[in-house]
Amino acid sequence: MSEVKKAPEGLYYTKEHEWLRVEGDLAVVGLTDFAQDQLGDITYVELPEPESEVEQMGEMCVVESVKTAADVYAPLSGVVVEVNSALGDAPELINQDCYGAGWLVKLGDFDRAELENLMDAAAYRLLMAEGE
Amino acid sequence: MRFTPHTPEDRAAMLAALGQGSVAELFEVIPERLRARAWDLPPGMSEPEVGQYLAKLAGLNAQDLVCFLGGGFYDHHIPAAVDALISRGEFYTAYTPYQAEMSQGTLQSIFEYQSAICRLTGLDAANASMYDGGTAIYEAAMMAVRKTKRKKLIVCTSVSPIYRIMLKSYTVNLHLELVEADLSDPSALQGLLDQDTAGLILQNPDFFGVLHDYAPHFEAVHAVKGLGILGCNPIALAVAKTPVEMGADIAVGEGQPLGLPLSFGGPYLGFMAAAEGLLRTMPGRIVGRAHDKEGRTGYCLTLQTREQHIRREKATSNICSNEALCALAAVIFLGLMGKQGLVELAELNMTQAAYARERLGAIPGVEAVDQGPWFNEFRVRLPIDARVAVSRMIDKGIAAGFPLGRYYPDQANNLLVAVTEKRSKEEIGYLAEGLEAVL
Amino acid sequence: MKTIFEKSRPGRRAASLPCSRVDERFCQLSQLPPELRREKPAELPEVAEIDLVRHYTLLSRMNFGVDVGTYPLGSCTMKYNPKFTEWAARLPGFAGLHPLLPQLRRGGLLAQGALRVVYELEQLLKQITGMDAFTMQPLAGAHGELTGIMLMAAYHKDKGNQKSIVLVPDSAHGTNPASAAIAGYQVVTVPSKDGVMDPVAFKEKLNDEVAGVMMTNPNTLGLFNPHIAEITEAAHRADAIMYYDGANLNAIMGYAKPADLGFDIVHLNLHKTFGTPHGGGGPGAGPVGVVEKLMDYLPISRVEMRADGTLFLNYDHPNSIGYVAPFYGNFGVCLKAFAYILALGGEGLKEVSEDAVLAANYLRVKLGDKWEVAFNRPCMHEVVFSAEDKAADYGVSALDVAKALIDEGFHPPTVYFPLVVKESLMIEPTETEALENLDAFIAAMGRIADKAAGDPEALHAAPITTPVGRLDEVAAARHPVLKEPEDQGA
Repeated sequence: MSEVKKAPEGLYYTKEHEWLRVEGDLAVVGLTDFAQDQLGDITYVELPEPESEVEQMGEMCVVESVKTAADVYAPLSGVVVEVNSALGDAPELINQDCYGAGWLVKLGDFDRAELENLMDAAAYRLLMAEGE
Repeated sequence: MRFTPHTPEDRAAMLAALGQGSVAELFEVIPERLRARAWDLPPGMSEPEVGQYLAKLAGLNAQDLVCFLGGGFYDHHIPAAVDALISRGEFYTAYTPYQAEMSQGTLQSIFEYQSAICRLTGLDAANASMYDGGTAIYEAAMMAVRKTKRKKLIVCTSVSPIYRIMLKSYTVNLHLELVEADLSDPSALQGLLDQDTAGLILQNPDFFGVLHDYAPHFEAVHAVKGLGILGCNPIALAVAKTPVEMGADIAVGEGQPLGLPLSFGGPYLGFMAAAEGLLRTMPGRIVGRAHDKEGRTGYCLTLQTREQHIRREKATSNICSNEALCALAAVIFLGLMGKQGLVELAELNMTQAAYARERLGAIPGVEAVDQGPWFNEFRVRLPIDARVAVSRMIDKGIAAGFPLGRYYPDQANNLLVAVTEKRSKEEIGYLAEGLEAVL
Repeated sequence: MKTIFEKSRPGRRAASLPCSRVDERFCQLSQLPPELRREKPAELPEVAEIDLVRHYTLLSRMNFGVDVGTYPLGSCTMKYNPKFTEWAARLPGFAGLHPLLPQLRRGGLLAQGALRVVYELEQLLKQITGMDAFTMQPLAGAHGELTGIMLMAAYHKDKGNQKSIVLVPDSAHGTNPASAAIAGYQVVTVPSKDGVMDPVAFKEKLNDEVAGVMMTNPNTLGLFNPHIAEITEAAHRADAIMYYDGANLNAIMGYAKPADLGFDIVHLNLHKTFGTPHGGGGPGAGPVGVVEKLMDYLPISRVEMRADGTLFLNYDHPNSIGYVAPFYGNFGVCLKAFAYILALGGEGLKEVSEDAVLAANYLRVKLGDKWEVAFNRPCMHEVVFSAEDKAADYGVSALDVAKALIDEGFHPPTVYFPLVVKESLMIEPTETEALENLDAFIAAMGRIADKAAGDPEALHAAPITTPVGRLDEVAAARHPVLKEPEDQGA
C-alpha cells in the first residue's frame, strides 16, 4: 500500500520519472518523489561533466542506491550548465527534498519546442497510478 | 565413492511425501527424445583407489628440479601457517559473503587484504581480487577506456608477453587501438600519446626483471589526460618505488608470490588498486566497514551496484567468483612476513640474484643483457640457443631458466633466470657450473 | 574484532628467512638509487605467528561454511567439498609444478601427470555434456561465459556474419548479460511464459542480427523448458549459436546432455556441480565445451595426444581466439573436480542429480503449506518461493526471512533473484543434505512463517545471534571506508 506520491504543479515530467522546471534560460532537472521512493536510500550520484551535451531522453547520469543503479535521462536536449555538487557529500538530499535541494542538473541551450514531448503534473499522476 | 547421506529409507520417505513412486517420475519433464543417448563414464572408485591413481599421476611430473624459472611466477617459500589457516572449513567451504552478519570472517580478512594491497601500492582503494595478473591488466585497461571514453591503449613490450597476448585476445572485437612499443626510453612516447589515448600500461620490474622509474612516462600520459596503469610484483613493492610515487592511477599484478603454490598455472591472484576518483569504475567485489544499530563495527560488500548481479549488462565487469581464498592466503602471508620481513625477503631475493649474475657472467660467452638494477630476475645472452642449453640442464636436474625465444623471436639465445630466497649459494653454484659445462 | 593492523606492535615478527651466505657485496638494496626506491616501508602488520594464527582462527569462527551447516543457496550448488580432493591438490608433484615447464623443449615430458589430468578431465566433461572439445582455461563461470561469447564472435567473424545481438531470458543470471555486453554485444531480453522462456516470444526476437542465445535448462527457477528443442532448432536456422550456462547441471546429469538439447557451447562451474570448494568467493573454474563447428576457435594451448600416447601442448591452431588465461586454467581447481568425477563415476553422478531433484521437490511440497511457491508444479534441483504475501500482509520481506534463518542456524537461500519473482527465495538443498537437516530447515521456515503473522518485529530485528546485527549498508556506501586508515596502524 503506497501513499500518493507528490507531483507538484508547474513542472514537466518524463515517463522515466524525471521532473523539469524552466527558470528563464535554464531548465532544472531532478528525480520525482516516485523515483526516489523506488530507489531507496540514495548512496551516490554520478553527475555529468559541465559543458557536455545531452539529447532528449538520452542517458544523462547515474544514480545509485544500495540495491540498484538507475539511469537518469535528460528531459530535453541541451548543454549541462551546472551540476548540484552538494550531492557529493549528501546524496540523501534527493530522498529528502527531491524537488528542491535535491536537484541534479541545470541545462542550457535547450529547445522549447521539445517541452511538448513532456507530461504535465496531471498526466504524470495518471502514469504513477497505472504503475501502482 | 558417494557423498550423499541418503539411504533407501530416506529416499522412500521423501518420495512418499511427494506422493510419487520413483525418482524417475521426477524427470518426466524431460521429453524422451531429448534424454541422454549414452552415459559412458567409468565406474566410481573408492578413496584409496582414486588416491593411488592421482599419486601416480603426480609422480609423473618432475618433482626435484632446482627451479630458476620465473616469468611472473616464482618458487617462493610458503610458510606452513598459510595452508593451516586457509584449510579451515569455515573459510574455504564458505560462499561469497552476501549475508554479512554470518560472514564476518571472510569479510574482515578481505578488508585486511584490501588494506595491505593499498599499503603496498600506495593507492587509495583495492578490490577483493581478480582472477590473475593478466585479467587484472585487461580490467584496468577497460577502466581507462570507460573513464576517458577513449579508444587507444599503449603497452610497453617489456610488459609480460603472456599478458599482452591475453589483452589482445580480449580486445579484438572491441574496436580499440592496441599499440605495442618499446618504451624503455620515455621519448618513444612522443609519437604515440594523443587525444585518443585512454591508458598507458607498463610493468615494474619489467618482464626481464629490470627496475624502472616510470614517473616521466606517467607524467606524459597525464599531459594528454590519459591514465597510467602499472603492473607490479608484490614482493618487489616492499622496496621499489610505488605506483603512486610514480604517478600511476591503477596498479595491478600477480599475487602468486604471496603464499600461493605454483600449481601448474592456477589458481592465482590478480590484485588491483586505484586512485580514489576511479573507485566507482573499479570491477570486482569490494568490502567496506560498516556499523550495526548497537554501534558494533562490522564489514560488508559495498558498492555492489557496479557489479553484474545488479547492473547486469551495464556492469563494470562480469566477474562473479574471484580468488577470495587466494587473497586470504596472501594477507596471511603478508602478515607472517610483516613490515620488516617483507623488506628482508625482497632484499634476499635481490642478493641471491646478484650472486647468480656474477657467477653466470663469469662463464665465457655468457653476459647479462641489461644494465640493471634488477629485482630477482635477469636475462643473460648465451653463445647457443637457450632452448638447447635449458634442455641439457634439465638432464642435470636444474630448470635453468626460461628461453626468451618462446615469446620474443629475436631473442633465441637469451635466457631469463629467476632467483628467489629459496635458491642457496650451493644451488646457484650448480647452475653456473652446469651451464658452463653444457655450453 | 580488531584488525590485524590494530594488533601490531613495533618489532614483533613472524618471518623466518634463510641466511644468504653469499658475500655482503651482493647486497643490492643499499645500492639502489633513490629514484627507484619507495620512500618508506609499507605499513604491514608486525605480529608474532601465534597472534596471527589466533587472529585468523577467531575470524574463521565468525564464518559459516558447508562444513558448518546447511547452505541452501539457490544457483550456487553448495554441496559437500570432499576432503580427499584437498589432499590431491596439495601433492607436491602437482602443487610445486611451474607452469612454464611444458613450454621448454621436451618440457611436456616433465609434466605428463599434470597434462594427463587436464586431458582426462576434458574427456570426462565431453561425455557428461555431449560436447566435442573443451578448454580448461576459463578461471570462473563468468569467465567461461565471456570465453563462450568470444568463441561465438570468432565463429561469426570467420563466416563473414554481421551479428550484434545476444538474446537472454528475463530469468538469466546477471553474468549472462554482463558477459555479452563486455564482449561488445547488445543484449535483448526475452520474456518468460509460465516460468520458462516463451518460444513464441523467442522467435519474434530472433532475426539475422542475433549472434547467439544464452540460456540455462533447467532455468534459475528450477524449471525445465520443454520447448528447448524448438528453441534451439529455430536458433540454428538463423545461424545463431546456442550457449548453455552450466550452473544448473546438477539437475540433469545422466538424464540429459546440453549437446542433445541442441546447445553449441557449454560452460561448467566446477565449484558448483563438481564439488570444488567456494573459498569464500573463489577460486572457481569455468571450463568451456563446444561442438565441432566451434572447435577451431578454442583458446590455445590445447592438450593433445601423440601417436605414442604422450601428451603435449598444441599452440598450432591459427583460428584460436588466443589466451583467456595465462596458462592451462585454474589447474588446482580442475584437479579437485577430476578427483570428484573419478570417485563418483557415471552411476554416482546420475545419483547426484536424482538426489538433488528429489530433495528440492521434497522441500517444495513440505514448505508449500506456509510459503507461496512461485510455480506450482514439479521443479528440478532448485525451487523458488515468494514472500510477497508476507510482505503485503505483515510487512515481512524476503530479507527478513533470510536474517531470521541465520538465527535458526541455517545459511539463508538466495534472495531477490531471479528478478522475475517478487520477494524471491531461491532454495537449492543439493544432494548432500541429510533428511533430518531438510526437516529441520522446513521446521525453521514454519516457525518464521508463524512469526511473520504473530511477531513481525522479531523478524525485523534478526539476526541477533551473530557477532554483528544488520549493518548500515547505506552509510557504508555513502561514505566508503575500504581499508584500515594508516594513522591507526602501529
